[in-house]
Amino acid sequence: MVKYQVSHMDRTFAALADPTRREVLRRLDEEDGLSVSELARPMSLKLPGLMKHLDVLDNAGLITRTKSGRTVSVHLVAAPMREAMAWLQRYERLWTVSLDRLVALVEEDETP
Amino acid sequence: MSNALPSVTIIRRIKAPPAKVWAAITQPEQMVQWWGPDAGPTLRADADVRPGGRFSVVFRLLNGQEYNPTGVYQEVIPERKVSFTWDGPGTPEQPSLVTFLLEPIDGGTRLTLVHEHLPDEAIGSHEQGWNGLLDKLPIFLGAKPWPT
Repeated sequence: MVKYQVSHMDRTFAALADPTRREVLRRLDEEDGLSVSELARPMSLKLPGLMKHLDVLDNAGLITRTKSGRTVSVHLVAAPMREAMAWLQRYERLWTVSLDRLVALVEEDETP
Repeated sequence: MSNALPSVTIIRRIKAPPAKVWAAITQPEQMVQWWGPDAGPTLRADADVRPGGRFSVVFRLLNGQEYNPTGVYQEVIPERKVSFTWDGPGTPEQPSLVTFLLEPIDGGTRLTLVHEHLPDEAIGSHEQGWNGLLDKLPIFLGAKPWPT
């Protein structure tokens, strides 16, 4: 398993902690390679605002941008998000399994 | 960037009164019966349940690795709320915080667990023990807690 750099994980979570950026990732997940203007259109977001969000996502390694003529296409890079989710799931796993047993323990002689 | 630190929230409806749930999460002889991420045994629990008191559990995973999170109780409101810091191995600058909230509901207790400020320090040290357990559906940061 890959050893993660702390700063790398920080950037991923910081990037994900914003609804606009998550919406960008969700749309790219549906349709990879959307142009910047295609991304901006349904989001009622001005281009400079969107560009800032894209910069954050780019720095976190969650997207790449390719330029063709005057069009900039945006591509999803899933690996950092998968790593971050896998890391978070370790805690989720600890608590879901623990709480399953906690519930079983306290409900034991409550239910016939 | 601390506001970006991730958290895990889990809510359970339990068919037992808050007093009973409270006992299960604060009394060591009951804590050892459920604490741990897989079917491996919980070896030991220490709980000095008052602000400043010490928290410690030791559990062994099925792969044989032992794990001993420790912490210090922060807020204690009997049958309502208990929170404690959660330090893994090493010395993170800011320990993560575990909070159990208990609310009486019709027929039992609504339990909310929040584990917040999850430290990146944990990544390397927990990796081995947690590896292979990653079979859950992805959860999105900032997503609402899911009811069960």
